[in-house]
Amino acid sequence: MAFIWRKLLQLVIVLLCVTFFSFFMLTLLPGNLADTLCGIGCTQEQRDQKVEELRLNDPVYIRYADWLGNVARGDFGRSGRTQQDISEALTERIPVTAELVIYSQLLALGIAIPIAVVAARRAGGVFDRVSTTTAFGFLAAPPFVVAPVLVLIFAVNLKWFPATGYTPFLENPLDNLRTFFLPALTLALAEMAVYMRLLRTDLISTLQEDYITMAKAKGIPPKRILWKHAFRPSTFSLVTVAGLNMGRLIGGAFVVEVIFSLNGLGKYIVDGILGRDYLAVQAGVVVVAFAYVLINFGVDLLYAVLDPRIRHARALA
Amino acid sequence: MPEHSPEHPGNQAPGSNYFPSGDFLESPNLATELTQIADVDAYNLEALHNLDPDQVPEDAVKKRLGWTFWIAAAWIFLIVALALLAPLLEKLGMPDPTQPVCTSRDCSLQPPLSGYGLMGTDKLRRDIFARVIWGARVSILVGVAAVIFGIFFGSIIGIIAGFFKGKVQTVLMGAMDVLLAFPALLLAMSIVTFLDDKSVKTIVLAIGIVAIPPVARLVRASTLVFAEREFVLAARTLGASNGRVITKEILPNAVLPIVSFGIIGVAVAIVAEGALAFLGLSIPPPDPTWGSMINEGRATLETAPWVTLMPCLVLFLTVLSLNLAGDRLREYFDIREGAL
Amino acid sequence: MSRKDLTGSAAGRDPNAPLLDVRDIKTHFRTERGTVRAVDGVSFTLQRGRTLGVVGESGSGKSVLSKSIMGLLPRRNVLREGQVLYEGLDVSVLDENQMRNIWGAEMSMVFQDPMTSLNPVMKIGKQIKESLYLHLNMSKDDAHDTAVALLSSVNIPEPEQRLEEYPHQLSGGMRQRVVIAIALACGPKLLFADEPTTALDVTVQAQILNLLQQQQHERHMAMILVTHDLGVVAGRTDDIAVMYAGRVVETAPTATLFTAMRHPYTEALMASIPKLTDPSHTRLEAIGGRPPDLINPPAGCKFAPRCKYAQDRCLQEDPPLMDAGEPGHSFRCFYPVGTDAGAQALANNAAAGRSASGVPVTLAASGSH
Repeated sequence: MAFIWRKLLQLVIVLLCVTFFSFFMLTLLPGNLADTLCGIGCTQEQRDQKVEELRLNDPVYIRYADWLGNVARGDFGRSGRTQQDISEALTERIPVTAELVIYSQLLALGIAIPIAVVAARRAGGVFDRVSTTTAFGFLAAPPFVVAPVLVLIFAVNLKWFPATGYTPFLENPLDNLRTFFLPALTLALAEMAVYMRLLRTDLISTLQEDYITMAKAKGIPPKRILWKHAFRPSTFSLVTVAGLNMGRLIGGAFVVEVIFSLNGLGKYIVDGILGRDYLAVQAGVVVVAFAYVLINFGVDLLYAVLDPRIRHARALA
Repeated sequence: MPEHSPEHPGNQAPGSNYFPSGDFLESPNLATELTQIADVDAYNLEALHNLDPDQVPEDAVKKRLGWTFWIAAAWIFLIVALALLAPLLEKLGMPDPTQPVCTSRDCSLQPPLSGYGLMGTDKLRRDIFARVIWGARVSILVGVAAVIFGIFFGSIIGIIAGFFKGKVQTVLMGAMDVLLAFPALLLAMSIVTFLDDKSVKTIVLAIGIVAIPPVARLVRASTLVFAEREFVLAARTLGASNGRVITKEILPNAVLPIVSFGIIGVAVAIVAEGALAFLGLSIPPPDPTWGSMINEGRATLETAPWVTLMPCLVLFLTVLSLNLAGDRLREYFDIREGAL
Repeated sequence: MSRKDLTGSAAGRDPNAPLLDVRDIKTHFRTERGTVRAVDGVSFTLQRGRTLGVVGESGSGKSVLSKSIMGLLPRRNVLREGQVLYEGLDVSVLDENQMRNIWGAEMSMVFQDPMTSLNPVMKIGKQIKESLYLHLNMSKDDAHDTAVALLSSVNIPEPEQRLEEYPHQLSGGMRQRVVIAIALACGPKLLFADEPTTALDVTVQAQILNLLQQQQHERHMAMILVTHDLGVVAGRTDDIAVMYAGRVVETAPTATLFTAMRHPYTEALMASIPKLTDPSHTRLEAIGGRPPDLINPPAGCKFAPRCKYAQDRCLQEDPPLMDAGEPGHSFRCFYPVGTDAGAQALANNAAAGRSASGVPVTLAASGSH
């Protein structure tokens, strides 16, 4: 329990720093913040109103505390570009990004795990070599390179999956999964390669452990040895990296959302940046960083659950 | 008695746990005495026994860079050479990357090798090959400069945190944790946005800053290890100043392994620049970068796929070559992440 | 308890055959450096309920021997020759699917290091019950009761509680007891114990060895005890085979080996066991020279390069297995210890100051035995 409390304290500190950093970035903007936020053709009256509204005459820490209080109540202010309530926009867009990230994570793990297991079982064999080489190739293919190729193959030539469009999951799950397939696959390919290489290496070294020979000497069938004895001890680094990669996936999701015109958080932030909608960008950044920190925290806890040795060591600590 | 050589830690293969780990001298039986006599060969042989023979060939393979390394190196050399020589090539007749190759409409979106250059033309009738070459200049410059920036500042922070420990470490590494709390691309995007400048300098700064925390973490970890090593303690006993210990003893040991990751770091930085450019946050048009070329070509993906695919292919091959060359070099010089 | 139908292995058994009859088995590993002849022609027979000690230093191939007999080594890059007759059935030709009915059920193994031979993320109970379900088709309750009984039979306190624990929660000695319980779970007829105490504290070693001995007696189980320590097998085994460079260089009933050893290597091993009668601070004699090279073994006798008795003949001719006259005692040596030929050879070497292979020999050394 002490371990969890310590972790929680760390979490709170990091979250405070992250929010402050996101907030503080706005004040770093070149030129006067009120001018920038007010936009071109802004009258003095409007500008004064803006200063008043954002209380720009107060010191930074007071504004931060204020802003934090608003954010805690779900109030991010209004978008300077569309005048839409920012939290409203975020609630619309978060599910899209969340689904994209989860879908591609599942896709990546779903493809990587069986391939890694088969490759590790016959390490050095033909399948192992082909899959390892292919994975190495995928590692060099970022989403913005993969996407045009996938679109060209699956959407333009084969016409199996649409290149754009989005159906909410609750409206039509099958259609949703179909329209989401290419974006998720784009995001999944590089992750898949990472997971495959990681799990394969760990499995190969686990399969050399004495307890695997012992399981074999007990007469356990190979499939059971592979999945019941070797798999779980080999997944520690996979779980860690998969968790940490959620952040990378969110970053990758920005590009993918732009490419496939999905109205997610990433596209919201990118549109905000291009449209100089700074409050919207700030809100987006905070939400993403918040999610990222929370996910990493969850991964840490999950890791302790997975490995009884760590659970034990930490319980003692 | 034959030569005793009980210390061969490096020769014990992974997975070999034949030798009891206890203190040999205290245990009074034969085999423990024998293990002391065991020399390099015996270690190796016993290791071979205990190793899964499946793994033996891989471990026993002679160290060679292999032909794939040389192909990768050749590609990197070619790209760097073309990028460096771009102004010269233009004098030799390569078209201007920002200007149409002709005035008539017919030469827009010409496929590769159709009489309009090696890689064809884009919608604005510009030569794709010339744009890829000039784009390479941006990619390579940003890649190399950002990595140097990241390694330089990351190493300083890491060494200071690891050497002085205490509050300095808490503050510095805490700051790194906060930076790491942002997805890398988001952080780079935010930096470009809030500096409101899309010059090469800003892009290098943005990607370089993102590279600092991981470098700092690794350097700190190895500094912590090296600061306790005998040679550092010896230097201190001899009265060496902090500065001298850091620059002469720790720096070469703790930072060099990081530099070996530099090549792969360049690949990561090139991808990052590509992503920024793709999102319209790198060098503004009409100057070409690979990322923006890929983005611009998407509009005509169905009718003229080469406009997108050519820069895609070049970027892919470059990143692949860097990854491959970096991987092979690290294997060759036997630098593992575990060693850090 | 009904055993699963042992397809493919029930047939071809001969109840009158010895439990294990190993005939000239070889196990070679192909590596980049060359072929490692880990086991190079070993033969012996083992009757039901008997114990054989296999003794040798590191690199003698003794650890590979038991895995090779059980067929546990991977197939790739491993060359396995010779016959292993288990109850008259040649198990060396069976594939893994067929062996699986024998592994754990009829032959099982206690591994060297209990820190690594138990699965760290699986509860101890599950690791024991696994083979009970598999080989004996037990119900859940039966398996639970049997597992508890097994743990108490290997003297583990509070067995019920231990079933729910993970290996890291137990001490090394306790873990080795668990490993033994797992090995014994299905009542095997043959138990391989591969250096079962090497990784343990000295104080625990004797307990584990006694436990193995007691279980072996109670279950009338045959056992092969592999060790580098002659002291371990003394008084615990019926017969001993001394291995050097992948071969058996001397084999004899335990008492005979200790009183009338013939091979210089056995003598050297013996000289390095501390004796209670020695005054304290007596220097133990270690065997000089390198352990055998299993890739390029020397011509002639493999032990000659380290042998005080070595003559020119030993460097050229490989001694065959010779009968010592007593039942069950044979050895590979031209100048055996305790014979006139041996004494003469040692005297010659002492006079020359060195053996034919260059091992320094002094008069004091020659007179000590």
